[in-house]
Order: sequence, then C-alpha cells, then structure tokens
Amino acid sequence: MIFKKVNFSLSSGQSLIIQGPNGAGKSTLLRVLAGLRSIDAGTITWNNDNITEHYTEQTQRIAWLSHQDSLKPALTVKENLQLISQLYQTDIESALKTIKIDHMADIPARMLSAGQKRRTALARILLKPAQLWLLDEPSVGLDQETIELLGHIFKDFTNQGGMIITTTHVPLPLENSKILYLTPSISVARPL
Amino acid sequence: MRIFFLFIRREIQLSLRYSTDSLGTILFFILTASLFPLALGPEPQLLRQMAPGILWVCILLAALLPIERLFNHEYEDGSLEQLLLLGLPAYGVALAKMTGHWLTTGLPLLIASIPLAFMFDLPYKTIPLLLFSLMIGTACLSLLGGMATCIALGARRNAFLLPLLTFPLLTPILIFGAMVTDAQLHHLNFIPHLQLLGACFALALPLCPFVAGAGLKLAVE
Repeated sequence: MIFKKVNFSLSSGQSLIIQGPNGAGKSTLLRVLAGLRSIDAGTITWNNDNITEHYTEQTQRIAWLSHQDSLKPALTVKENLQLISQLYQTDIESALKTIKIDHMADIPARMLSAGQKRRTALARILLKPAQLWLLDEPSVGLDQETIELLGHIFKDFTNQGGMIITTTHVPLPLENSKILYLTPSISVARPL
Repeated sequence: MRIFFLFIRREIQLSLRYSTDSLGTILFFILTASLFPLALGPEPQLLRQMAPGILWVCILLAALLPIERLFNHEYEDGSLEQLLLLGLPAYGVALAKMTGHWLTTGLPLLIASIPLAFMFDLPYKTIPLLLFSLMIGTACLSLLGGMATCIALGARRNAFLLPLLTFPLLTPILIFGAMVTDAQLHHLNFIPHLQLLGACFALALPLCPFVAGAGLKLAVE
C-alpha cells in the first residue's frame, strides 16, 4: 500500500500543489491520476465517471509532464514537438514563443541546456488542448525569470478554466492553490 | 487512423536521424552472408543449395539487432509515457512501432537481399518468391520481436531475456520461410510452406500488438 486516506477534489480553474518529502509518493500519485498506473482500491472520478474505466478519454483530458523531458536528442526542438502539434493541429511557433524558446527551434535537443530542455517539455504541454495539467516538478532546471513566466502561463490556463496538479519542492507561482501534503511510508494526506 | 500514420512518420523520421543504426543492420546482413562463400568454398552448386537457409538466418539475425532498441529508448527517455497519453490505445502504439521497424529495417534488408541472391547464384525465377517469403518473414519478425521487447521492457538484464523469448517464436518462421525457396529450387510444391508462413503472419498480426500493448502498460506502471 502506498497511499492511505488520500482524498481531494478539484474544480475548473483550480490548482493543487502536492508536497512531501522524497519517497512520499508525489510522482506516483500524479501517474495514477494520469492513468499510467492502476490502483487496487479507491476511486478517481472525473465528473462522476471513473477514470480507470474511461482510460482513453482521460488521456485526452490531460497533459503530462514527468520528471523526464522526453526529448529525442537527435531531433530539433521543433521536430520533438511535431507529433503532438500535428495531432492536435496546434501552432508550435506560438507555444515556443510563449515559453520563450522560439530562438532555439531548429537546434537539436542534445545541444540544449537542462533548463532549455525543460522549457521544450513545457511547450509540449501548451500544444495539447487539455483540461488538466499534471506536472511533476515543472520548475526543475529553470531560472527565476522562467519560473515567473511559468506563473503567468499557469494563471492564463486556470483563468480559462483549466486545472493544474503539480508536485514541487520549491515555491511555485501558483495563486490560490490547494496544497496536499503527503507523508512517507504509507502516505497520508494532511491539508495545510 | 491519422494518429497511427503520424506515429509511423515519426518512426521513419527518427530512423533517418539515427541512420547509422539502419546502415549497421544492412552491413551486418551483407557481411555475414558474404562470409559463407569464403567458409564453404566457391562451389556454385553448393552455394545455390544452401542460399535460402543462409539468407533467412542472416536476415533474421540482422533484423533482430535493432529490435532491443525498438522500445528501450522510448522507455528510458520517458517518451513512451507521452506516446501512451496521445489517445492511441497501447496496442496501436505497439503496432505503429512494429510497422516503423519493418519499414526502416525489414524493407531495406529485403532490398539488400537481391544482390546477395545473385551472389549465391540463385536462379532469376526464384528471386520474386524469395523476396515475397522474406517480406512475410521480416514482418513476422517485427511483430514477434516487438512483442518480446515489450514483454521484456523494464526487466533487468532484458538483453539476456530477449533472445530467449524471440528465438523459439521465430523458429517456425525460419523453417517455413527457408523451405519456400528451397522447394521452388528443387521443383517441388512450395505452396504449403508459403501457406504455413502466411498462417504465422495471420496469427501474429492481431495477437502480437495486443500482447505488446499490455507489456507497454505494465512497463510504465
């Protein structure tokens, strides 16, 4: 058993920050919400629909940023985002401009710094018209200026009715967000 | 369906960027097959007799070389999770990757087998059937090998597990495939062997992507 008494709800336009020490299960909880990991007990619902029974629909609702950037080193920034952009017919240029990495569009991912790779991974989130962003440590490798920019992006998204669930060890510019604190061993949610 | 073709296009794009992998596979096939005349001697009759078996063994070994990387890179760099969250079912992701593997490995190997067939002094009339049987055989390999890779994905020492899973499954393909050209070469009826090879493909096509898809889901858990 990883979690015990973990219970929360999120409405349109709200955000939730999951906190806790290493090994508390923050990433695991995000993976469960993404449908990447199954659960033995308990329920996760989206508008009263059990997400484990509607996996494909759940994949369409969420945009997922794991602790890995999921980039192919040999492909350029643009090429790395091509599949998702073609799939949802969204504009790569505008996503790159929003996250301020448009000047690196034609550079292979292997030549990017850790922060630039993270920004490219964040651009992927912007390219999917999702209702819920699941972000695992989104600010890792980012400088202060980009973290502030992230705050504006988060605000725009929640103002449009989007929801954000994120894990973090550092303060994130997410206004009026709920906080869920997980304690290790068997994680117990404790509201802050 | 559009998403499926976009996946395949991505596979081809990646293969072109990592073209040394594909070239290495073709080079391995040509070099291994070329070693046989050196070891067996230049007797055309002997080489002609052994050609179907040699070509089949070499092509299967060559096509197996990049199979381990089919899902491993995606798994290790986190792309697999992203692919599984794009709305295509896991078996669709697996089938797209397998199709990509065949297009970027099986197809070039088929083309490379033409000059080798001439080198082994195979009669002109046997070459279309040889290519047809190799086409089915390499497609089976992409399906079975892809499935085995997905099952072994995430397991420690999967490089050791993979041949153990793949070779027993490939044995019937190798036997029926080599027998097709061999039967034609000896003016025997090759249809039953071709039918059995086709039956293997017909069985692998619907089954392998489903098993592979389940393996992918388990691997990301």
